Amino acid sequence: MSPTLAVYLKECRESLRDKRVLLNALVLGPLLGPVLFVGLLRLAIGHELERADKPLPVVIIGAERAPNLIEALRQDGLKALPAVPDVEAAVREQRVTLALRITAQFDDDWRAGRPAQVEIIYDSSDRDADSQFERLKGMLENYSRRTGAMRLIARGLLPSVASGLLIATRDQATPQARGAMLFAMLPYFLILTSFLGGMWLAIDSTAGERERQSLEPLLINPVPRGQILLGKLCAAATFSLISLTLGLAAFSIAAHFQPSAQLEMTLNLGPAVAGALLLLMVPLVLLIVIAQMLVSAFSRSYREAQTYVSLLQLLPLIPSIALSVLPFTPRLWMYTLPLIGQQLTILRLLRGEAVNPLPLALCTVVTLLAAGAVFLVTRRVYESERLAVNA
Amino acid sequence: MIQIEQLHKRFGARTAVEDVSFSAHDGQITGLLGPNGAGKTTTLRMLYALLRPDSGRVTVDGIDAALQPLEVRRRLGVLPDARGLYKRLSARENIAYFAQLHGMEPQLIRQRSDALIQALAMQDIAERRVEGFSQGERVKTAIARALVHDPRHIVLDEPTNGLDVMATRGLRDFLRQLKSEGRCVLFSTHIMQEVAALCDRIVIIAGGRVVADGTPEALRELAGEHSLEEAFVKLIGNAGVGELA
Repeated sequence: MSPTLAVYLKECRESLRDKRVLLNALVLGPLLGPVLFVGLLRLAIGHELERADKPLPVVIIGAERAPNLIEALRQDGLKALPAVPDVEAAVREQRVTLALRITAQFDDDWRAGRPAQVEIIYDSSDRDADSQFERLKGMLENYSRRTGAMRLIARGLLPSVASGLLIATRDQATPQARGAMLFAMLPYFLILTSFLGGMWLAIDSTAGERERQSLEPLLINPVPRGQILLGKLCAAATFSLISLTLGLAAFSIAAHFQPSAQLEMTLNLGPAVAGALLLLMVPLVLLIVIAQMLVSAFSRSYREAQTYVSLLQLLPLIPSIALSVLPFTPRLWMYTLPLIGQQLTILRLLRGEAVNPLPLALCTVVTLLAAGAVFLVTRRVYESERLAVNA
Repeated sequence: MIQIEQLHKRFGARTAVEDVSFSAHDGQITGLLGPNGAGKTTTLRMLYALLRPDSGRVTVDGIDAALQPLEVRRRLGVLPDARGLYKRLSARENIAYFAQLHGMEPQLIRQRSDALIQALAMQDIAERRVEGFSQGERVKTAIARALVHDPRHIVLDEPTNGLDVMATRGLRDFLRQLKSEGRCVLFSTHIMQEVAALCDRIVIIAGGRVVADGTPEALRELAGEHSLEEAFVKLIGNAGVGELA
């Protein structure tokens, strides 16, 4: 048996007997992303849908001046609430979300065929009021158009002469593309899962082994340290990949539970795409794990290693946020950046778009080269005297 | 045979080992005796090529540790100062791991492990996980793991640290057995009685220097004292003046 294989098998066996590693790599890591994700999604979508169906409560001031208007709004789903004194203050203090005032001269204007004024009182800084305001405005505009059309007909004119334009929208986003917008954060969750999967083993097999005083005996064996490092790296990468596989499976299952049908969205995460994702992630997993081991080898204690490695996992958050906040067209050079290249490719896969071989190859080769470079640096740290001896 | 010639080692501004030379012969037990902080552990670490000496040379059977560290380590069985075991593995699995790192075949690993488990009287703990072992059981496991590849040279850093009387006696018998097999045994200690009871040859080290080197009888004569302990105190005391080195 080669020494590298011996180290690999021993690290795997020991980790499989460690409840903390198992819990983190095989349960918490893979489940955290999907649960958090679907939970938030259901909450957000459920909230929106529920509000769209529910009657819209609006405080009406001067309802007696326009009984026909109120009746029409009620048929559209408005729930008229009785007037309150000083409605402006009530809205400012958020006791009332939305109010509608029928002005005093409404009736006179209406009878004279002049535009009759109504006022919507709301607070645009109140997030909840925003969608309610849009709904109420839509209802009023509807009513305004309807009555306007009837006045034209009464004067013997076609209502269509009043419309200069007819605007129709044709959204070209495929259902998958809309689903992927929703899932723009999915790459981060997948990368986070690979971080969590390998983290414990990476720390435990370097900083942990030193702290438990077993590193010195290990290094006295007649094995080049690069081979020992390689065995540990492969073990941590294996756990990371297992974690990632479980995470993908959990996402695939979770995708069935998300209320995508109501939003006419489908998430493209079948076995073929999941397999492609996994392959795509292998070089990145190697890079992540070797970076974690480098940080652990530098740290003087287990706790210190834990702190630094935890900071390290915030790193992929930066491109994720940038990609979801800044809308830009991916350019070829972006694929050469590890983390970003993978995130862009994952998004394309989820959208059901074809992945071009050139960016994919670039992304893979550059990430592998980066992993190799970090491996060489880590081997240097491993070969230094201070690794095993606290002198 | 282990030969150490004029070793020097500094850590930053502090000199840990300053001109240490001695040799340990096959079929003998050599004791490296010295107070805490004398430079024993640093010397041994340079011997098994964990540290690189600033100057000087270590050879094992004529092989230079600086040039061929892996070859030297193959010939050494080392119980280092740090003797952490893998607590989630059984004693036998701990031993087998190091055997695999030496490239041994499964059948040979089984055979050597059984022999060592018997010799160290650890049959009842061999299949248990190391977590919860007593100090004595840990040392036994660490020694078995260090000797699994049947090395000719055995280096032990303070092997009796933390052991009770019975465990210490058992260890002494084991070291004598290794000696009778013609092996070269070198161990360090700060305890006088250890060397008196065991050693064919004593190297006293203090302040990073060898202050005396010889048989127990020769050292007593050198110091002009009847008891070895008095001789030890006197020799170490002189090291401060630097006359005896």
